[in-house]
Amino acid sequence: MNATCPECDALITLAADVVENEIVVCPDCAAELEVISIDPPELALAPEVGEDWGE
Amino acid sequence: MIPPNSPWPPRSVKIGANKMRIGILCSRIRVEEKLLLAELDRRHVSYVKLDDDDIIFNLNEDVHEYDVVLERSIHHSRALYALRALNDAGVPTVNTAEVADVCGDKFKTTQALIKAGVPTPRTRMAFSPASALRAIEELGYPVVLKPAIGSWGRLIAKVNDREAAEALLEHKEILGSYHHSIFYIQEYVPKPYNRDIRAFVVGDECICAIYRTSEHWITNTARGGQAAVCPVTPLLADICVGAAHAVGGGVVAIDVLETTDGRLLINEVNYTMEFRNSIAPTGVDIPARIIDYTLAAARGA
Repeated sequence: MNATCPECDALITLAADVVENEIVVCPDCAAELEVISIDPPELALAPEVGEDWGE
Repeated sequence: MIPPNSPWPPRSVKIGANKMRIGILCSRIRVEEKLLLAELDRRHVSYVKLDDDDIIFNLNEDVHEYDVVLERSIHHSRALYALRALNDAGVPTVNTAEVADVCGDKFKTTQALIKAGVPTPRTRMAFSPASALRAIEELGYPVVLKPAIGSWGRLIAKVNDREAAEALLEHKEILGSYHHSIFYIQEYVPKPYNRDIRAFVVGDECICAIYRTSEHWITNTARGGQAAVCPVTPLLADICVGAAHAVGGGVVAIDVLETTDGRLLINEVNYTMEFRNSIAPTGVDIPARIIDYTLAAARGA
């Protein structure tokens, strides 16, 4: 399953068990990307870390 | 709060453990969430992912079809409000809104620990730079300044002298939101082995623990700390279970400091714990234990 990096246009191969909202890193430009759709596979720039993020 | 295309029949049809309705409140799907979802799949337990970007709570009329919701949101504020709405509607959650409220705020955590008699570092709270400076000097350098709400070691500062304290307090007052002018000031506890302990408590049991070792005083594995197994001694188990109970119980990860004279102090308690780096060193199937607890917490379970 392939998708295109929205930052650098690289073709990224997604793992077979990828799920929506998972974060992947573009191997070409190192942008953090969020999987926003599986069918069709689609990536968007992941949001920046928010002040209330954590565990 | 019914997401579109709900796979479940009406509640009255539900019979049997594997027909349990599990909601997973989440934002990003990190390694932890993938492991938890895989564990549910392995047990053939159906679930619905409740994306906190999409969810709408109808506060006046909401009927929740979930038997239990496992909270895995990356946003403290969203988790807090969602858990409150669910708990008020009678839906059990892991963890509860009360636990999220206490653990998500370091001041409230400290208060809960002190109230329960659980050892924790000496801490001061102040509301102005001048009073904060006095509090710092009462404690004695070095001290640690922390935002009351925050995680992963972000914006935590070790303050070694008065000049640094004055600069930091001024920066916090001028550059920060009002949250950063609630000054939470803690004694700095030297780490005799360049490490602290992250212990995992599920219910009444401390299931495992790791040492987090770093040359840096911040040891979070998210910040490069190295994980290695830490034996769960009766002393460690007692203080950690005590800390978990103090904040309301459930599934929590507890940061423990060792003092140079061999005491243990509870530093923080985390309620949406990350555990990816702790499974291999400890050999404990942490996601399976979390799912065990979640299923047992479901209504009707």
